[in-house]
Amino acid sequence: MINIGEIKKSLLSALWFMLLTFPIMVIRVNTIDHTIQWRWERLVWVGGAVFILSFAWRYLLRRRQASARQTVMDIQTRGLVSHLLQRPREIFQTPSVRRPAMGLALVFLLALPLIFSWNRTILMTNVLIYVVLGLGLNIVVGLAGLLNLGYAAFFAVGAYSYALLNHHFGLGFWTVLPIGAGLGALFGILLALPVLRLRGDYLAIVTLGFGEIIRLMLENWNDFSFGPSGIDNIAPPGLFGLSLTLQQTHTFIYYLMIALTTLTVVVVRRLENSRVGRAWVALREDEIACQAMGIDKTKAKLSAFALGSTWAGTAGVVFAAKQKFINPYSFTIWESIMILCIVVLGGMGSIPGVMIGGLIMVLLPELLKEYADYRWLLFGAILVLMMVFRPGGIISDVRKAYAFEAEEEEPHHG
Amino acid sequence: MNFDYFFQLFLGGLTRGSIYALIALGYTMVYGIIELINFAHGEIYMIGAFTALIVIGVLTFAGWNGTAVLVIAAIVAMLYAAAYGWTMEKIAYKPLRKAPRLSALLSAIGMSLFLQNYVRLAQTANFLPFPNLIPDFAFLKPAARFIRPSEIVIYATTAIVMAGLTLLIKFTRMGKAMRATAQDREMAQLLGVDVDRVISTTFVLGSATAALGGVLIASHVGQINFYIGFLAGIKAFVAAVLGGIGSLPGAVLGSLVLGWTESFFTGYVSSDYEDAFAFLFLVLILIFRPSGILGRKAMEKV
Repeated sequence: MINIGEIKKSLLSALWFMLLTFPIMVIRVNTIDHTIQWRWERLVWVGGAVFILSFAWRYLLRRRQASARQTVMDIQTRGLVSHLLQRPREIFQTPSVRRPAMGLALVFLLALPLIFSWNRTILMTNVLIYVVLGLGLNIVVGLAGLLNLGYAAFFAVGAYSYALLNHHFGLGFWTVLPIGAGLGALFGILLALPVLRLRGDYLAIVTLGFGEIIRLMLENWNDFSFGPSGIDNIAPPGLFGLSLTLQQTHTFIYYLMIALTTLTVVVVRRLENSRVGRAWVALREDEIACQAMGIDKTKAKLSAFALGSTWAGTAGVVFAAKQKFINPYSFTIWESIMILCIVVLGGMGSIPGVMIGGLIMVLLPELLKEYADYRWLLFGAILVLMMVFRPGGIISDVRKAYAFEAEEEEPHHG
Repeated sequence: MNFDYFFQLFLGGLTRGSIYALIALGYTMVYGIIELINFAHGEIYMIGAFTALIVIGVLTFAGWNGTAVLVIAAIVAMLYAAAYGWTMEKIAYKPLRKAPRLSALLSAIGMSLFLQNYVRLAQTANFLPFPNLIPDFAFLKPAARFIRPSEIVIYATTAIVMAGLTLLIKFTRMGKAMRATAQDREMAQLLGVDVDRVISTTFVLGSATAALGGVLIASHVGQINFYIGFLAGIKAFVAAVLGGIGSLPGAVLGSLVLGWTESFFTGYVSSDYEDAFAFLFLVLILIFRPSGILGRKAMEKV
């Protein structure tokens, strides 16, 4: 596989990238004391890294092409390797393996606060919040195929509704939880109504604009939202009037999030195979065909936006209660893109995929703390690479397929 | 009504508009051909500005000065930006040409995120001062109160770039191939147009234009950082849509309208909500006039 031609190609790419990155990677101009810093060693890194990566790149591209050809050709001729790769999924699909595995995972999650320190518990709460957000966005992006780049705005709606109602009227967590969810849905519909006719790129930009408008309003409308300084001293959720210590509160919020995540998974699972869920998938695949089949496009889009943002609103309320302090900077466009990364990485439209995506995207930066600076660089690369090589994500959504059995068909003779 | 103030806002809007136009010209070309929001276009503009800053730094260190430095820096920046644009297309867009639109869009967002952070990590997250090397033109002395030399250069460059690109698209062989590709890629391919080359050329041209814009705008504003491309890219996109996507004069017209609207809004209504207003404008345009001022209404083929 590795011959002279391949090496030459990689050498050329390495040289090209060394040339390309030369000014920005190597030279650093200090404009104040007029000195120039030359960092030649970086050129070597770039060259070496590109040399190796270009092999991988070409190998993966070839494999992608081969697999695309394979699906066109007879499925029977599939190689042993790809067959073996299919095995873990099949094993996991069988109920006798699946149920105990999921039970074990649930027991582990429930016991987590007892095993690990409470810092870890808070971290897992974060993961769960992002999983809920990812599942919500998954309805809009993964199922209905409507790219929403302003999802953090609905998260903000939930968080601010709790913070403000708590601050002004002293309303408790449990009262505001449904209110936050309702407001999330309301804002979802508010956004969806004007953009019903749009899709694809324009829809993405409008949702991005909407998200930024909400954030900028929170930042500038001081009388309403207390501006950039945010809101402090948000009450933690109550548990039948018991007084909890800080640590107990966090454990309680953790269990709350487990309950919420379970609820989300159940609801989304039920939605997926419902009439409206099928309508979303049809909408994603082909809008015109979907309309021709008699699906109410307006209703499908509105319900996708509304249901997607309901979860963001709910997660926002929990987020505010957990943080005790919120300001507009938690709800920027990058937050939306991070949630989008979770959905894309895990697998658009797939529930276990989104859960794994959330786990990776939140835990990975936490584990690689020294490399925290490289986090966004990595997210960007993940988005591109996933789209090029594995658009379905880690666990891609398997569509229900209906097969006709040709043998049973009775021949009709006139 | 204070006329002096109005005139100031008018000129301010004109400058803003010309700035958006320099970025929007490349944007509209790329969008016209591949029908994809190239989120990373703003990042190419930012990389152009950074490359120019570095070249200027090195040349000043070597003892050069004056306008020649700016010209050399601008040329190097355009070459580099073109190379970045070309490479970016090969990595992030070409493999996705047959994929659904959503995939290409996500890949574009990823590319934008990657390039932004690449510059942040390799250079700095702080604002860097950008030297103003545009000479003081003697003929501008009487109007110095209203207009800065950098503004004149920006107006002139916008006009020249627009004219040049229009001529290229109308009269050259490559321009014809571009129009054919924009109309129907498959048919163009069947008639012997090398579509890959056309798309690459479009990216190269668009990126070079963006870099030119980056250098001039940085000279005008006086500072740059890794984040300048994001908002500029989105606003340029709005301007391109407003003018009618794919149309070069439309991109300039749309940019000017956007520039004036923003300038008058901040001057007469509120400066706190400047960006919020720009986004509101964006949302309204995309909802009510998605085909733009000069664009034709697109019919969907089934």
